[in-house]
Amino acid sequence: MTNISLEAPEVVRGQPYPGAPDNWKRFFTFSTDHKVIGIQYIVTSFFFFLIGGTFSMIMRGELITPDADLVDRTVYNALFTMHGSIMLFMWTFPVLVGLGNYLVPLMIGARDMAFPRLNAVSFWMIPVVGILMLSSFLVPGGPSQSGWWAYPPVSLQNPTGNLINGQVLWILAVAISGVSSIMGAVNFVTTIFRMRAPGMTWFRTPAFVWSVLAAQLIQLYGLPALTGGAVMLLLDLTIGTSFFAPERGGNPILYQHFFWFYSHPAVYVMILPVFGMYSEILPVHARKPLFGYRVIAASSILITIISGFVWVHHMFASATPGWMRMFFMVTTMLVAIPSGIKVFGWVATIWGGKIRFTTPMLFALGGISNWVFAGITGIFLGSVPIDIHVNNTYFVVGHFHYVLYGAIVMGIYAGIYHWFPKMTGRMYYEGLGKLHFALTYLGTALTFVPMHPLGLMGMPRRVASYDLEFAYWNVIASIGGFLLGLSTLPFILNMVSSWIRGEKVGNNPWRAYGLEWLTSSPPTVENFEELPIVVSGPYGYGRNQPLVGNTPNPELTEFPESLTQQQTS
Amino acid sequence: MMKLRAIIVISIYAILVALASFWMAKQSYSWFPPEAAAEAKLLDDLFSLFTGLGTFIYLGVIGPFLYSLVFHRAGKYDLSDGPPIEGNTWLEIVWTAVPLVLVLTLSFVSYRTYEKMAVRGPMELVHLHMPQMMQPAYAEPFDSTPQQEIQKAVETAPIEQINVIAKQWAWIFHYPQQDITSTELHLPVDRRVRFTLRSEDVLHGFYIPAFRLKQDVVPNHEIDFELTPVKTGTYRLRDSMFSGTYFAANQADVVVQPFNEYQQWLADAATASPSPAFNQAAFEYSKANDREGATKDKVAVRGWETIPPAAPPVVNYAPKHEPDSPPA
Repeated sequence: MTNISLEAPEVVRGQPYPGAPDNWKRFFTFSTDHKVIGIQYIVTSFFFFLIGGTFSMIMRGELITPDADLVDRTVYNALFTMHGSIMLFMWTFPVLVGLGNYLVPLMIGARDMAFPRLNAVSFWMIPVVGILMLSSFLVPGGPSQSGWWAYPPVSLQNPTGNLINGQVLWILAVAISGVSSIMGAVNFVTTIFRMRAPGMTWFRTPAFVWSVLAAQLIQLYGLPALTGGAVMLLLDLTIGTSFFAPERGGNPILYQHFFWFYSHPAVYVMILPVFGMYSEILPVHARKPLFGYRVIAASSILITIISGFVWVHHMFASATPGWMRMFFMVTTMLVAIPSGIKVFGWVATIWGGKIRFTTPMLFALGGISNWVFAGITGIFLGSVPIDIHVNNTYFVVGHFHYVLYGAIVMGIYAGIYHWFPKMTGRMYYEGLGKLHFALTYLGTALTFVPMHPLGLMGMPRRVASYDLEFAYWNVIASIGGFLLGLSTLPFILNMVSSWIRGEKVGNNPWRAYGLEWLTSSPPTVENFEELPIVVSGPYGYGRNQPLVGNTPNPELTEFPESLTQQQTS
Repeated sequence: MMKLRAIIVISIYAILVALASFWMAKQSYSWFPPEAAAEAKLLDDLFSLFTGLGTFIYLGVIGPFLYSLVFHRAGKYDLSDGPPIEGNTWLEIVWTAVPLVLVLTLSFVSYRTYEKMAVRGPMELVHLHMPQMMQPAYAEPFDSTPQQEIQKAVETAPIEQINVIAKQWAWIFHYPQQDITSTELHLPVDRRVRFTLRSEDVLHGFYIPAFRLKQDVVPNHEIDFELTPVKTGTYRLRDSMFSGTYFAANQADVVVQPFNEYQQWLADAATASPSPAFNQAAFEYSKANDREGATKDKVAVRGWETIPPAAPPVVNYAPKHEPDSPPA
């Protein structure tokens, strides 16, 4: 007779099954722990960041001379299409969802996301999207060559005649990515509304959580338009419907409305969480409360609302009626107001502070300075007459890369460095971090500033070859591009080696306020031993007031000696 | 005392920033190609205003930002916190109101400039009836020099009509009065020109940087587009809307010439018999086809398969110069 245990196996919430691995192998499972999923998102997206970056360096190699001589024109077109698609759908969105996934439940004092299994499903769709995107290199005819906009009729042209082609795979990938993001948005919005710790009123909620909420609300109203447009494009391409095909009476401009209704606000989906991270990082490393916290929090929601009325500014030259040009010019420029509120708030936060140039602080400060520049050129683009000259030129490419690389990627780096000790329990190497920052900041300026004069001179974007007059600035931009590629090496080295053998630091090495710093590093499966009861706002620097009522104040004396020496020497 | 010092420092900084902004505004004119159309002058003035204000805002924000980074650093062993200042209602109202006034002003100035440019012809794709916006600007009183030039040109001569056909990958210009076609765009100086833009296949962008003007060309639509060249010379027309494989090569020369020379060119072209013009896309495609291993069904290119370019256009006039060393 065999012994049958009558005790139920111990099931830990967050584990898909009893005895799920508690080491690095858990990152390869269908885990429902938001922290595991967060890191899964971040690492996966970084893999694709390197692929997308490699494509961009081949493109900059092509553009270092005026002729189309390094790669064939079709290859070049595929490269810029896949560069844009991968960087948006496989890098920026997923990495920010990953950071949000990791941080939001910790910051609001929740044990997990509202729908842990949905969360895991959302993540596991991302590798599927990536495989679809990359597998298009293997089908006859190669990947999509119509740009990440996939504007018809170019995207409806199918030289191979095959049913399975790069464009079809691209559309499927984007549609799946859209479904994944909608599921993620439902999860985030529900979590933030319903799972905040007792006492965490809206104006005790950290600015990062506000910004994630604002971003995910955009996903909810915007993504159905993009996904719907993608499905209509797929039908036009495969079964011959005529939504957008002009030879069958369709209207290609209609696609542009579907596409930009989401894809301009998508910029705010990406930048809002980064604004949130700046708002978290500056107070910690300047030892001051976030200046104008309530207004900064509310301005995130204001951006969500205004961003629903900006999409036509991408179509000023697309036979758009005059009245529409004027209306969208004003609404586009209005985004400057909530953005300006944030920037002024950050400047006031560091003003008179006790600033330490740690790596996350350097990335945050660098990112903010880049954002100021990018925001101003954004106002230029809102103006109809200026936009008529510079849209579809390198001025636009320079502008949005200053937003995407200068502000967003640098903000992501700032966030990863800042919360690295929380995620791993170990400290990264400051020297490598600072080297990484220096290379990134210089590389960003060298690559993307020259694109502005190129655009003013009239160099169109997406060209594989160009006139001789554009050569000078292109050479500088290419050198900058290679430098940016190089800049990722110290980061990878730092992350891998620090995670394995970095200095072990306590729960709160930055002496930061915020619920996430109250728990252990890395946090336990259920985040908190006892759910916190919040009794004050999130940025109590200089005020010596408790953050929560039922656990001790955040440890404010713990500060690694080695770090002090590095930062102040 | 401290307050007075702060006011003096801020005032000096504001003056320096204003001077730098003024300098940048002046510099901005040099960042563009020559101003070859009346509309270009209008745009450059607007851009200069944006550059000046943009520089002022940038330096106004970055100055205090850098100041605090330099002077508000924590001391070596200083683990204390800064002053817990959380907000200032007056300051927050000011820095919300200032950008609001600024963007509304810039929108208004942009609107006035757009109205003066009047690049849309009578075929404006407007479904909403808004007469004051559809009215061409030259029917209104003018105050700026370029606008006077446009007005003068419009009043003294009929508008020159030219049809533009865009395709993958060539530009063809058709002069309907003389029934002449060309792959090089010839325009008379100081006269209003009206283009009717058509596309035979995909979206293209009609873009002449020296004119600062651009208009997408949409299949199944005829789009009217007006401008006034004011400077003789040869400029470049580029396709600004990604149109497929040979997009980058879809360019043409624009020759702005005195009216008599323009008429002479028209007369000469009218006597020429139509012949195929050199076309970069067709040239590159045929080179790819010539490679070893190419068959009728499978084009051996180093990359992937492509839509074949349209046959080289047959026109009355084609520029004689062909590339010495065509790109691979």
